[in-house]
Amino acid sequence: MPLLEMRNIVKEFPGVRALDGVSFDLDVGEFHAIVGENGAGKSTLMKVLSGVYPYGSFDGEIAVDGSPRRFRSIRDSETAGIAIIFQELSLVKELTVGENIFLGREPSHFGVVNWGKMYQNASRLLRELGLPLDPKAMAGTLGIGQQQLVEIAKALSQEARILVLDEPTAALTESEVETLFNILEGLKRRGVGLIYISHKLDEVFRMSDRITVLRDGRTVGTHLPSEINKDGIIAEMVGREVGDVFPAFSHELGSAALSVKGLSAFDVDDPARPVIDNISFDVKSGEVVGIAGLMGAGRTEVLTALFGAWPGRCKAEISIEGRPVSIRSPADAIRLGIGFVTEDRKRYGLILEQTIADNMTLAALRNVSGRFVTDRHREYSAVSETMAKLKIKANSAKTVAGTLSGGNQQKVVLGKWLLTRPRVLFLDEPTRGIDVGAKQEIYNEIHELAKAGMAIVLVSSELPEVLGLSDRVLVLHAGRISAEFARGDAVPEAVMAAATGNL
Amino acid sequence: MSDNQRPKLNTTALRAYIMLAVLAVIWIYFHWATPGNTFLTPRNLSNLMTQMSVTGVIAVGMLMLIVSANIDLSAGSVLGFAGGIAAFLMTTHDVGLPLSVLAAIAVGVAIGLFHGVLTAYFNIPAFIVTLGGLLAWRGAVKWLLGGNTIPVADDTFKAIGNANLPVTAGWLLAAGGIAFVVIGAIRRSRSDLNDGLGGSNLVKELARAVVPVIGIVAFISVMNAWQGVPVPVLILLIVASIGGFIMNSTVFGRHLYAIGGNPDAARLSGINNRRNILKVYAILGAFIGVASLIFTARVGSAAPDAGTLKELDAIAACVIGGASLMGGRGTIFGACLGALVMASLDNGMSLLNVRDFLQDIIKGSILVAAVGLDMMGKKQA
Repeated sequence: MPLLEMRNIVKEFPGVRALDGVSFDLDVGEFHAIVGENGAGKSTLMKVLSGVYPYGSFDGEIAVDGSPRRFRSIRDSETAGIAIIFQELSLVKELTVGENIFLGREPSHFGVVNWGKMYQNASRLLRELGLPLDPKAMAGTLGIGQQQLVEIAKALSQEARILVLDEPTAALTESEVETLFNILEGLKRRGVGLIYISHKLDEVFRMSDRITVLRDGRTVGTHLPSEINKDGIIAEMVGREVGDVFPAFSHELGSAALSVKGLSAFDVDDPARPVIDNISFDVKSGEVVGIAGLMGAGRTEVLTALFGAWPGRCKAEISIEGRPVSIRSPADAIRLGIGFVTEDRKRYGLILEQTIADNMTLAALRNVSGRFVTDRHREYSAVSETMAKLKIKANSAKTVAGTLSGGNQQKVVLGKWLLTRPRVLFLDEPTRGIDVGAKQEIYNEIHELAKAGMAIVLVSSELPEVLGLSDRVLVLHAGRISAEFARGDAVPEAVMAAATGNL
Repeated sequence: MSDNQRPKLNTTALRAYIMLAVLAVIWIYFHWATPGNTFLTPRNLSNLMTQMSVTGVIAVGMLMLIVSANIDLSAGSVLGFAGGIAAFLMTTHDVGLPLSVLAAIAVGVAIGLFHGVLTAYFNIPAFIVTLGGLLAWRGAVKWLLGGNTIPVADDTFKAIGNANLPVTAGWLLAAGGIAFVVIGAIRRSRSDLNDGLGGSNLVKELARAVVPVIGIVAFISVMNAWQGVPVPVLILLIVASIGGFIMNSTVFGRHLYAIGGNPDAARLSGINNRRNILKVYAILGAFIGVASLIFTARVGSAAPDAGTLKELDAIAACVIGGASLMGGRGTIFGACLGALVMASLDNGMSLLNVRDFLQDIIKGSILVAAVGLDMMGKKQA
């Protein structure tokens, strides 16, 4: 008897059938991955499972240990032993690790918290998981990876028997991923069933007992990893055979578009501590320079500092096309022809409640509209053109950005910067959390832009992406450039060695 | 493609239509309930418009500030202070009328800049800065006036609050308004066709212009049927037009929506959030200065408690009109409609002789209910 069984789940939204008869089961101690493009229905399925969409708002059956369940709220599913760790972390940053773990279930007597017991239990739990964390540390002071592990500890303290992880490694470093996987192995041995949602097929193949592919709200297939390969999975995800993800390319390199000498940036709270320590590099027009490195190595900080957006102290000698320049604000950078497709599109890139047009013209409003008085007509023609060029799928330029899929949102952010007509373009995690098809389109666009003579600096946590797109790869380690590779020499092993400081 | 126009209409226009409907219900109820059915008479409507003008002028500036995710709790105190300065200069120091008027506006701008600097550059939350301002500027008025009420004798000054436009001027105003609406419709129909966005053509756009045109004609007819358009209402119309233009048609206005919608994204898009916030405080300050002139002229004197609680009326007007205190959302039209709803409640309940305390309870409840309904509507969507 499976631990969990979901049968013929159908969930409809006005005008859309998000789930169209999905069936899924999970055994005791199984690692079961769910893959699919964004919009395939993975998140919807998990919201059905967790009671976010209550019983009655969908069709189909859910059974735990063979007995049918009707979850009317998240509480109900938690009681049944189901815990979900969402992409967006939900720890209270101002509370300690221990308080977070027992939030809402504090050991107490007549409403008075028994702090001793709480921290004792928390330490025991963390020890069991092999987490070297202080239960009295503030959650907000932990790295994202550690916060994720605390979430898992919290789920386990609720005696979860079914643990759902939604893209848990998106923000983790290699070593944190290893820690996570070790813990997950341990949980499997204890009989916890794991549902693992991820875009990262390497991880999926490495860890899974079974892999289920969703497409357009339907189950396309459930496979043993030994019986299928990555190409097969991708083909099922997109419903078509994809060619090589990173096709061969040739960029014609011009003269140096951006030269950076002695860039240093210092910690905001501790102005003596450098976050970026005296780095120099240049980018030629038509060149894609990739920046690899672990989380916290200073990749985003390099771009932020060059863009004039670093909140702390920083210094550098910067020239653009050979001319020394001073960049004190993003406005300066934009004026000098630098564009910055920032990471985390929802936080830094988009105004979610505004339209595509309003978002896209934001950085270039004075150029694509009027100097002081706006000209909607000019704006819409510029926006429509860019939408067509980037193949943004939306009803019109007046569609609200927040309603778009991740891939289309990312293209809107890219479009926003293309409208500024940059000579140098920074791309920070340009494909995080978007589906395979949209990724491919963004890769193609990057090559197109390079061919048109743009100088591109690419930061990504996905190593294959950096290696597959760049003419040259800089590796950052602890705020310094630890190695530089030409395209042919950048093999993953060497880059990882440089990133971890093991050269 | 014609489908795509609909969501846009649903959010902004639908909200406006609902508010107009609510206003109509309120008006009809008061008309039915007042003894002798005096609510919907030219005389009372003229009064009503004049009563809303002070709140309306402040609400226009307040809306711009709220859209940028800031707030001003000190508007009422600043109004008292600016009005006090004008009266003080005119009576005690014999400064001429034009200079006194300018002084009141300048005081509003200066105080706005001061609050703006503290908020935008010293990172003190707007709520705290202006809460301090609420106390401090009220104290300043009392000190300035020595706790006394200063009467203003100048008839020209009083006209700011009490005079009416001649009938002909009213009709000229109507003609201007109609021309603006019709030209706007024609331009919109052209540009939308050219953009290939579809969904609109000249006939449709002109059809959409019918309601505003009827509104303008009805408004001016009613005002002229009594004594002509009151000067405070004229001032409100000018201020609201300026505000509407800024928010709809300028780069600055769009930047305010962006700053309120997502300050990080705005900053990284090259927008100088701080300078824009400073500007919007200055603009609100100028409007408070204008409102102080209307207020002082209407009352005929500057009093230590002039303008008390006006900031809350203005904030309530914005919120009833659909603005979000989180920033990024709200329209000038909504804020003015909100001010009209508030003024209608005041006016109607006074006509019905509703007891003072009950009026406050009802107004407070309606404010909360309006936002509650709005949130319910949003959840379903």
